[in-house]
Amino acid sequence: AFFWLVSLLLSSLIWFIAVKASDPHDEPLQKGLLIFGVMFSVLLQEAFRFLYYKLLRKAIEGLVALSEDGCSPISIQQMAYVAGVGFGLMSGAFSMINLLADALGPGTVGIHGDSQLYFLTSAFMTMVLIFLHTFWGILFFHGCENRRWWEIAAVIVMHLAVSGSTFCNPLYVGSLVPSYLLMAAAAVWAYLLSGGSAQNLRRFLLCK
Amino acid sequence: MITFMNNSDSEDEPCNERTSLMSAESPPVPSYQDGMQASETGEAQTHRKRQTGSSRSPNNVAEGNVSDSGVRVRESPLDNEEEELTLKYGAKHVIMLFVPVTLCMIVVVATIKSVRFYTEKNGQLIYTPFSEDTPSVGQRLLNSVLNTIIMISVIVVMTVFLVVLYKYRCYKFIHGWLILSSLMLLFLFTYIYLGEVLKTYNVAMDYPTVILVIWNFGAVGMICIHWKGPLQLQQAYLIMISALMALVFIKYLPEWSAWVILGAISIYDLIAVLCPKGPLRMLVETAQERNEPIFPALIYSSAMIWTVGMAKPDTAARGPSQQTWDADGRENHGSPSHLDSQISETSHPITSLEELEEEERGVKLGLGDFIFYSVLVGKAAATPSGDWNTTLACFVAILIGLCLTLLLLAVFKKALPALPISITFGLIFYFSTDNLVRPFMDTLASHQLYI
Repeated sequence: AFFWLVSLLLSSLIWFIAVKASDPHDEPLQKGLLIFGVMFSVLLQEAFRFLYYKLLRKAIEGLVALSEDGCSPISIQQMAYVAGVGFGLMSGAFSMINLLADALGPGTVGIHGDSQLYFLTSAFMTMVLIFLHTFWGILFFHGCENRRWWEIAAVIVMHLAVSGSTFCNPLYVGSLVPSYLLMAAAAVWAYLLSGGSAQNLRRFLLCK
Repeated sequence: MITFMNNSDSEDEPCNERTSLMSAESPPVPSYQDGMQASETGEAQTHRKRQTGSSRSPNNVAEGNVSDSGVRVRESPLDNEEEELTLKYGAKHVIMLFVPVTLCMIVVVATIKSVRFYTEKNGQLIYTPFSEDTPSVGQRLLNSVLNTIIMISVIVVMTVFLVVLYKYRCYKFIHGWLILSSLMLLFLFTYIYLGEVLKTYNVAMDYPTVILVIWNFGAVGMICIHWKGPLQLQQAYLIMISALMALVFIKYLPEWSAWVILGAISIYDLIAVLCPKGPLRMLVETAQERNEPIFPALIYSSAMIWTVGMAKPDTAARGPSQQTWDADGRENHGSPSHLDSQISETSHPITSLEELEEEERGVKLGLGDFIFYSVLVGKAAATPSGDWNTTLACFVAILIGLCLTLLLLAVFKKALPALPISITFGLIFYFSTDNLVRPFMDTLASHQLYI
């Protein structure tokens, strides 16, 4: 969570400087800067995920060196999961909490002609992002562990795609549907990477 | 409102002594060491956390290595096992401190966001005489710096006074002072708090009920904090009085002064705890020399050991355990939270393994740390822009700072100031989130873009 926060900080710093340095009345430029800010932020988040991975690697080495039977009490997969959850929670909290606070107060949604589904879609989008961050954490760490660069690239591309799809808002079909599809794909992939299989799933569901 | 604040100088002082973080173990009694060496060969296991000579991996933020080990390094074939235990308990201790700090902050933020009273400006403390309602920025800055200087000097004077009293063993005076200040906190501030909360939610309550509630609350609080009581109740009371104190600070400190004071007090904490002549360091060292616990009203302790089941069938074990019992006997009036510092695990014969306590050593955090963390988060929550992201960012920053401090505690194994790292992170994140992240996130939210 802290690392996500730091990445957010740095990316907003860049955006802020860019905005201050540019003409505030030039609409397309502002929009362009915003898009640039979003993309840059995504890249920075992934960079920080990588830094966090490096930190955790060092920590695991330390733990292994200390423990008596040569394996650390917490595995890298668990750490990947936790890292993903941390990123997701922070990202979700930052996206939603002001909305929730405003939702407690009086008001009508979309009274100025915006979409009336604003809160609902925000909630769904946040949820899908939190899940996605969790899965991306697992995929990313797995890719770093096994030196599979294409997995890491896939995570970055997915993140960029999801963020990019939100540019279609308020045309919610364009953003929510692809995001959920990507989430399903990432979920299956992460599940398979973590050692699950169709048989495990069947056994779990049938309570054997 | 200002007139009653004049009485508050007594409780100002204790809350500033509380700014240190230390490992829970005082050095064991010297006789214990002899006892230990005598029975070293005979015992199978001691669940004693001890300082390991090897340097552990310090960069384990996720696990939070905290060890509250004793001061003696011991050669033992059980080295690794001890370290393993230390690591496992280390994470537990970090959580044990996270929970109360989080609770305190939640109480403060919830109150600030809901009760209007604590964000209204109704005058200032006498410690911050300069007003901030000046027309120019430079004047305002100057006033806030002057306010800070006055406040910090008051704190320094009080701290030195307390240390001098402690050195010259004027315990009665100190106890009376602490009792008076916690009395005021528990009764007066709680009464005001209750009144404001009831006003906010428009709930009527008659005076007899108020008297009953406040009397019971206050009386149980006094007993729990200064005498004996269930550990969780004592912790709950300490959290509550820290929150109340923090709310008072948030209300009565003007904006800029509050931030400058936070910065200055973390620098002061650093100096006071680490410099050889620093007052807080002298306090801790004197307490450790005399093997006494620091006053119960000033420190939050996350665990304690009840001395149950210390059967001593072995005469070899009887010696040292007797001595440690004697050391405990002296502290009979102290709160149970300090028994743990004396209960160095006594050596046990091999069979009585099950009678050994589960390792309950905890970490101690000064109450002033709680107060200033909560002041920072509360001030972040009280900003006129009403942004929750800032509050959340400061919260995470403080917790990470606390984590790092605990890590350093595990590495250095002596009393450390808990304020500097957390407050620095908190300040950085507050100012940057408020000014940089907020416009960014607002713009994103208005276009419903997600990053």
